[in-house]
Amino acid sequence: MYAQMVKSEGMKSLEDMTPEERAFQERIDRGEKIEPKEWMPEGYRKTLIRQIGQHAHSEIVGQLPEGNWVTRAPTLERKAILLAKVQDEAGHGLYLYSAAETLGVSRDELMEKLHSGAMKYSSIFNYPTLTWADMGAVGWLVDGAAIMNQVPLQRTSYGPYSRAMIRICKEESFHQRQGYAIMMKMAQGTPEQREMAQDAFNRFWFPALMMFGPSDKDSVHSAQSMAWKIKMNTNDELRQKFVDETVPQAEFLGLTVPDETLRWNEARGHYDFAEPDWDEFFEVIKGNGPCNEERLEARRSAWDRGAWFRDGLSAYAEKAAARRAAARVAAE
Amino acid sequence: MSRKEWPLWEIFIRGQHGLNHRHVGSLHAPDAEMAINNARDVYTRRKEGVSIWVVPSAQITASAPSDKGPLFDPAESKVYRHPTFYDIPEDVGHM
Ligand SMILES: [Fe+2]
Ligand SMILES: [Fe+2]
Repeated sequence: MYAQMVKSEGMKSLEDMTPEERAFQERIDRGEKIEPKEWMPEGYRKTLIRQIGQHAHSEIVGQLPEGNWVTRAPTLERKAILLAKVQDEAGHGLYLYSAAETLGVSRDELMEKLHSGAMKYSSIFNYPTLTWADMGAVGWLVDGAAIMNQVPLQRTSYGPYSRAMIRICKEESFHQRQGYAIMMKMAQGTPEQREMAQDAFNRFWFPALMMFGPSDKDSVHSAQSMAWKIKMNTNDELRQKFVDETVPQAEFLGLTVPDETLRWNEARGHYDFAEPDWDEFFEVIKGNGPCNEERLEARRSAWDRGAWFRDGLSAYAEKAAARRAAARVAAE
Repeated sequence: MSRKEWPLWEIFIRGQHGLNHRHVGSLHAPDAEMAINNARDVYTRRKEGVSIWVVPSAQITASAPSDKGPLFDPAESKVYRHPTFYDIPEDVGHM
């Protein structure tokens, strides 16, 4: 999931709600969409800003690990594909920032909070991309995990968020498939290439499982978010679904899932698997992952070094508007 | 931060010839020309359109959610505005 551990507000029972709050909850229960200017509980608004903001930041920061390989893609075609994929992620970020802004937060405020560390992005993007095979693993596993989470969010209760998710989901399938195609190529390649594919898989498996957030027993904020339909499934549900879908795909590639405890559980009808190292997860979230500093620094410096350009375009727009106004006066 | 934030624009795209422009989302841009350029990149990367309109979000006047009842409820009782209100014998043929 691109939004992990979003702090939600306290849960109220129907009896404790004000008439407005109850009417609101009943609209959500009926499956109605909530639109920007309509009344909503302050907690709903705040939780959504955190969640959509975190999701948007993840799309934007998520460009960096893949951007790392654009200039070193093995063929021109691969380069064009990777560039298109990274460009899509920029688009995803923009759709989501716009959705967040309808809740009364400004774009600059969101940027400022990303750069200061006040808002988070997904832990997955704090891992390095060391070889070309990582482009395969990222598309296959990271976009795959994101899809798992985003597909149900198309039905979320907040209209602008739901519409952004629908656009995003239309584009994600290409991301996962191009990643898997890279993995197929590598897995069928030379022994060295196979080894690279396995190595990338080894490094990304557990971080991909962490994308769904902590285990349900440690996930304190789920109930209210689920009642508001801004979270559609529990973390463990989605993680299980991801494992069940991914294991056969790995088998097709002839790659080994880096988990010795992985077993098909006939009785449950699901795979049993090892949980990721949650201590590592919390360290990465806190800012101590392998690339946290590098990622934030890249974002801050892009922002700072782009300031002259943003200012220049604003100055040009103002001058052009003044010229147009003067021409209008002269013509009268 | 020295500068002002770029204004927000609402983006409308005509998907195909013959269809209406439809609202697809919004974006920030310093002026209308850049809003069109950005809309091309943000909303039509897969040939989703043949024409783009951009409108400053601040220029849009929206009906208030609280006016939903007074504005739209009166139409509810005017069932005679629909063709199905009228019983025409089958003998008349298609109408
Ligand atoms: Fe994305
Ligand atoms: Fe993606």
